[in-house]
Formats: sequence, structure tokens, C-alpha cells
Amino acid sequence: MGDSNQRLRRSLLYVPGNSPSMLQNIPVFECDVCVIDLEDAVPLVEKDAARALAASFIRRYQDRNKEIYVRINGLDTPYYHDDLQAVLPAMPDGIRLPKCESPMAAERLDDLLTEHEEMLGCRIGSFKIIASIESPGGIMNAERIARASERLVAMGFSAEDYTASLHIDRPKTGEHLLVPRQLLLMACRAAGLQAIDTVWSDTTDMAGLKAECEHIKVLGYDGKSLINPRQIDVVHEVFAPKQDEVDYALQVVDAIVQAREQGTGVISLAGKMIDAPVVARAVRVLLTAKALGIVDVDVDEGVIYGTASVNDTSSAGGMKR
Amino acid sequence: MLRIRSKAQAGTMQSSDLMVTVEPHARLEIEIESTVQKQFEHLIRDCVVAVLRRINLHSGRIMISDRGALDYAIEARVEVAVRRGAGSW
Repeated sequence: MGDSNQRLRRSLLYVPGNSPSMLQNIPVFECDVCVIDLEDAVPLVEKDAARALAASFIRRYQDRNKEIYVRINGLDTPYYHDDLQAVLPAMPDGIRLPKCESPMAAERLDDLLTEHEEMLGCRIGSFKIIASIESPGGIMNAERIARASERLVAMGFSAEDYTASLHIDRPKTGEHLLVPRQLLLMACRAAGLQAIDTVWSDTTDMAGLKAECEHIKVLGYDGKSLINPRQIDVVHEVFAPKQDEVDYALQVVDAIVQAREQGTGVISLAGKMIDAPVVARAVRVLLTAKALGIVDVDVDEGVIYGTASVNDTSSAGGMKR
Repeated sequence: MLRIRSKAQAGTMQSSDLMVTVEPHARLEIEIESTVQKQFEHLIRDCVVAVLRRINLHSGRIMISDRGALDYAIEARVEVAVRRGAGSW
């Protein structure tokens, strides 16, 4: 699944597909991903206009400082085909698939993307997928969905539709979401995908947003879908690594590089063995810290994971500072 | 070759957007009203003409009410208005 799964995806901001004033601000939003929405944010009579506008914007935004996904209309609607036809030639990074209930839906989208890639003459697998899980059925199928396509980089939870289908209101405390959140997270981790949490709908309640972000970070989520650019900083603040985590991650990476240089198989730091989960965590901490400007290092994953020789790289070992 | 068969619109009057109205006409006429008319009318016109040439439209009245839209929005709104008027989606 490649390094597309290692990218930071802390903040995925929905941008209405038919709003030029929002679209043209995408380059200055400091989120990790923008999801241009052709689904819920666009009335039926404006689907054609939103497709054309989104495609026109994406086509001109090729030198990107963030990933661009497009949320198409569901595969159970008459609109998704035209959505793909319009936006894929503009080369977004991927498609956000709403209301993904079964592995068949992800497989179907995978097939469609392959057809478009063949028509466009681009590499098969260029377009990634983030699947939105929005119902109890989708949660129960989450692991099979997660394994349904090599294009999947993440699955996103959508609590609004999920809660509605349970016939309950959505309390801000979120206790009714604990089980689906954990099931979705386990499905993602089992398949090596990132897990993205649901939107926080009250754009005036930043304290509530922060509390929910802290909760999902503890659960293990990688990021959160957002509906307002003002929410981005709150998410990034919560997901920022603490200084001692950054210092330890730097020591871990230094130890790995030294071990690679000396050809040592077993790597230890202060008498403790550094195993794969420690390495993965250190890399994730450094990538996040770099995105926030806390450190200025380039992590060379080839050296860290032992797939490239130290001498093969221009970096001083696994890091460039 | 595209032909506008009925009056149609695309876009909005919101800031950074434009409203494009098209209707059948024997010749090609482009009317532009913009909040930035003095500085940018010629560039808006160039953009509209390029779109019409690309989609092969040679007749019709094209009326633009611009609210400071960038090129990507002008291109999209003009094409959608014409295609709606031509019934060619």
C-alpha cells in the first residue's frame, strides 16, 4: 500500500464543491487533506456545476501543499458516475467514498478507478480511496471493507448517519460512539489503514471539539474530519507530540542509524531493545513534529527500516537536519 | 457544434463567483459586468472566449455578472451555463 499510508492525515477538511470562495482558499488552509464535497454540500440541481467547478480548480492546483480528495455521491445514486468522469481527469489524489456498507462497494469503486486510469493513461493505483463508514452495517463489515482494495489508505467514521440509524439523538458526550469507534479502529489497524474520526458539528464549541480530539487520540485515531477551517488548529494542537516524545524519537532514530552503520542487527537504546513498534512510533512522532515545525528533520524510512543502505542516501544516516 | 436552445444560468452572485446567463442569439455576443470591470474586463473576456472556442460555441448571447471570480471559476461557470442551455450534458 506504499507510503501513502504513512502520510499525516490529522485534519481532513470538507470544502463544498460548488463554492468558489472556499475552493480558492484550499491552498492556504493548513490542514493535511481537503475533501472537496460533491455529495451532501451540493443540491441535486447543482451537481453538474459543482463537478465542473471542482474539476476546474483541481486541474489548476497541481503543485499541492496538501492532498486533495473528492467526496463523490454514493454508489447507490445516479450521480457517482458523472462525478468520477468529471473530476478524475483533473487528477485528485483520491476519492472519499460515502456510505460504504460492504466490501463490494469498495471493490466496485476500485474497478471504476482502474477503468479511468486506463483511459487516462496513468499508473494503475494512482487514485487512492478513503471509505466512509456511516452505518451499523458498515461497522460490522469494516474489516472486510478495509481489505477490499489496495487503494484504501484510511477509513473514516461518520457519526451523523450512524447515530440516525440507531434512532437516537447524538449527545456530545459520545458514549454511544465508543464501540463503533473502536471496531472501526481495529479494522483499520488490522489492514494497515489509518483511522479518521467523524466531524464535530458545533463550530462554535471549540472546547467540545478539543475534548473529542483528545478522546480519539487516546483511542488511537490518526485524524479527524472537519467542517470549518477554524477547527484545524485545535486538531493539530491535540495531535502535536510533546517535546519529550520528540526527543526520544530522535534518539531512537539516531540509534537505528548508528546500528545500520555498524551493521548491528539488534538495536538498543539506554539498555532497552528497540523493536519495530518503537521504530514505527518514533517515525510517526517525527513526521508529525516536522509538519508542525517542531523539528527540521527528513526521516529516511529506507535507512530506518533497513531497505536502503546508509551509504545509498545523501542524508547523514536516516535524518537530514 | 454546440447551439444554445434555451435560456440558462450557472453560478451565483456571491463574492468570488459569477453568474453566467446564456440565451439563443444569431451571432455571438458577450456582455460583461464586473466588480473589477476596469482592471480585468479584457482578461475575463479572453477567458470566456477561450472556453467558447474549446467547446465549439459560435452563437448565442453570453451575459456575465462577475463578483471577482478567478479564471478556474469563470471557465467552469461559462461551460456549465452553455451546456445547460444547449441541453448537452
